[in-house]
Amino acid sequence: MNPWIFVGLFFVVGLLIPVGAIGIAWLLGPKKPNPIKQSVYECGIETVGESWVQFKAQYYIFALVFLVFDVETVFLFPWAVKLGALGLFAVIEGIIFILILVAGLVYTWRKGMLEWA
Amino acid sequence: MIPVEYYIILSAILFAIGVAGVLVRRNALIIFMSIELMLNSANLAIVAFSSVLKSFSGQVFVFFVIAVAAAEVAVGLALMVEIFKAKHSIDVDQMNSLKG
Amino acid sequence: MNLTSQDYQVLAPYILLTAWACVLLLVDLFIPKERKSVTALLAALGLAVTLGVTLSQVGIEQVGFFNMAALDGFSTFVNALLLVSGILGIALAHGYVKRMGIERGEYYTLLLFSVSGMMLMAQATDLIIVFIALELLSIPLYVLAAFARPQLSSEEAGMKYFLLGAFATGFVVYGTALVFGATGTTSLAGIVAAAASPSTSTLLLTIGAALVLVGFGFKVAAVPFHMWTPDVYQGAPTAVTAFMASGAKIAGFAALLRVFATAFPALAVDMTAVLWALAALTMIVGNVIAISQTDIKRMLAYSSIAHAGYILMAFVPYGNPAVRDVSIAAGLFYLVAYAFTNFGAWGVVIALEKKEEKGLAIADYAGLGRKHPLLAAAMTVFMLSLVGLPPTLGLVGKVYLFRAVIAGGFTGLAIIGVLTSLISAYYYLRVVVTMYMKEGEPETVRETWLSLTTALTAIVTVVFSLLPQSLFEWASTAVLKLF
Repeated sequence: MNPWIFVGLFFVVGLLIPVGAIGIAWLLGPKKPNPIKQSVYECGIETVGESWVQFKAQYYIFALVFLVFDVETVFLFPWAVKLGALGLFAVIEGIIFILILVAGLVYTWRKGMLEWA
Repeated sequence: MIPVEYYIILSAILFAIGVAGVLVRRNALIIFMSIELMLNSANLAIVAFSSVLKSFSGQVFVFFVIAVAAAEVAVGLALMVEIFKAKHSIDVDQMNSLKG
Repeated sequence: MNLTSQDYQVLAPYILLTAWACVLLLVDLFIPKERKSVTALLAALGLAVTLGVTLSQVGIEQVGFFNMAALDGFSTFVNALLLVSGILGIALAHGYVKRMGIERGEYYTLLLFSVSGMMLMAQATDLIIVFIALELLSIPLYVLAAFARPQLSSEEAGMKYFLLGAFATGFVVYGTALVFGATGTTSLAGIVAAAASPSTSTLLLTIGAALVLVGFGFKVAAVPFHMWTPDVYQGAPTAVTAFMASGAKIAGFAALLRVFATAFPALAVDMTAVLWALAALTMIVGNVIAISQTDIKRMLAYSSIAHAGYILMAFVPYGNPAVRDVSIAAGLFYLVAYAFTNFGAWGVVIALEKKEEKGLAIADYAGLGRKHPLLAAAMTVFMLSLVGLPPTLGLVGKVYLFRAVIAGGFTGLAIIGVLTSLISAYYYLRVVVTMYMKEGEPETVRETWLSLTTALTAIVTVVFSLLPQSLFEWASTAVLKLF
């Protein structure tokens, strides 16, 4: 039998369950709409002001710094896997790599980008 | 086992969608997302090829592409935030302060 | 598998410059705001030391890092030119950023990183390294283009450069992926070997090479991939534009040259026609649109597009072993001529530029000949060199180029080159006419480094044109061992 049939089956069943649940609720539930019921639901409290508030730009710099450092770790995985075979040389290379990242961190720090205020 | 051609065709389709997105859409953020799609379609192709060829250099290349793409994201988003602060829009058609 | 000191020798200049840039980034944090000249000086010193190391390597030929990077005459020649461009770029920028109120230490660090990317580009013999070098040179340039923030025009220039540059990167990466799929390797030498075997898919290889060509076409601003150039060159701070116009072009052509000449000679039959069309289109479109420009920065931007076309001419016969050496040497020579002329011309533009993008219209040059005869004389030299008139380096460069292209059997292309040069005389000489024949009261700034750079480039442009043989011979030896 083609193994793809299971994937197809999974897809169909996965689709049927939410459709079934919503459909039954729609069939059995009472329908008495009023303005309060139809208002936009946001944690039970009415929205105050615009949703287009500006966040402090500091947060996004945080995110960007995190993003860059986060992604650089992909290079450490293959390095860590092969470390035993490569020996001391690889350790030094790894330290240099991390030192370069640290230089970036020191730079961000000195520039005051890590202050949470 | 899915034949490698499928991956290559998928990656070609993704690449074409990315190129079309860059050419058609006018929002800088969406253009940038399309560019990311192009890069990732290339990643898909490289990984597919390197699994067929049993070659690791391709997979390492993908790491480099991912890391460089992240650096690009950092620069690009910073630029977009700056422009959005000034103009409240990142529509590339409205970037018209440069004219001959 | 271990690396030896030989490996490090191959990339010694590059490693030195990158380390210098990293340290400078940190040192700059402790230099007070009003003394950023120290950073500029340290950056220039780094470039000078690296130039010394590079020149000490003349004559050494070896590969390193598992065939991923090469040190040869070609890379030494291009790297020396790039490092000189970097020093000139700092000399032009030093006073300019101060005057425009955008002086930050990062300017010089970013410039160093960009130069190191360009150098790696000239040494890369593996498509993975080509890609990394491309990004290392581009990303700092995106930031530099937007360096005059919060000035909107500069930010927009950075944005446009970024979007189009990233778009081009997408093409390069996908092209590399297809080449990798076709040949099973990303090493340039490996690609040649694989391309010779009949089991390799030529279709995949050709599409891959074409996509890589499109990506580099964007980088060197060849028509029809040039749309970003005028806007970016106009919006970016002028000192950045000067550096970008020479540095990015030199590096782009160096990579194009090495990748196509060493990895894709088998595709020369298909590629020659494409390159022919690209070169012809670039020369025609660049020169024709430049005529209608009234802003000097935009005019020089179109001029730089046109010059990309002239340099592309040198690549057209790359598949013909009889002439490729001499034509590529001619291309390298033209890059040198263009780099010096370009820095000089932008230096004059910087001398006349005032805050808020004033003093950039060609009409603002009226009366310069009477008021500042030396500056006007220098500008005249640069304009003559860009047209290709005596007694300048531009003429010698064009003569070598046209001779090589005709020897390769592309007489039609040479004729287009000569005709477009004639067209270009109109708009370059218009600047000269404005300077000497029209009345006006131009204001210029006097900065030691700026004046020195302009004077030096003017002298080089004239003097080297009188004794071009030695420079051309160096360019020829640079190419000789490439294949």
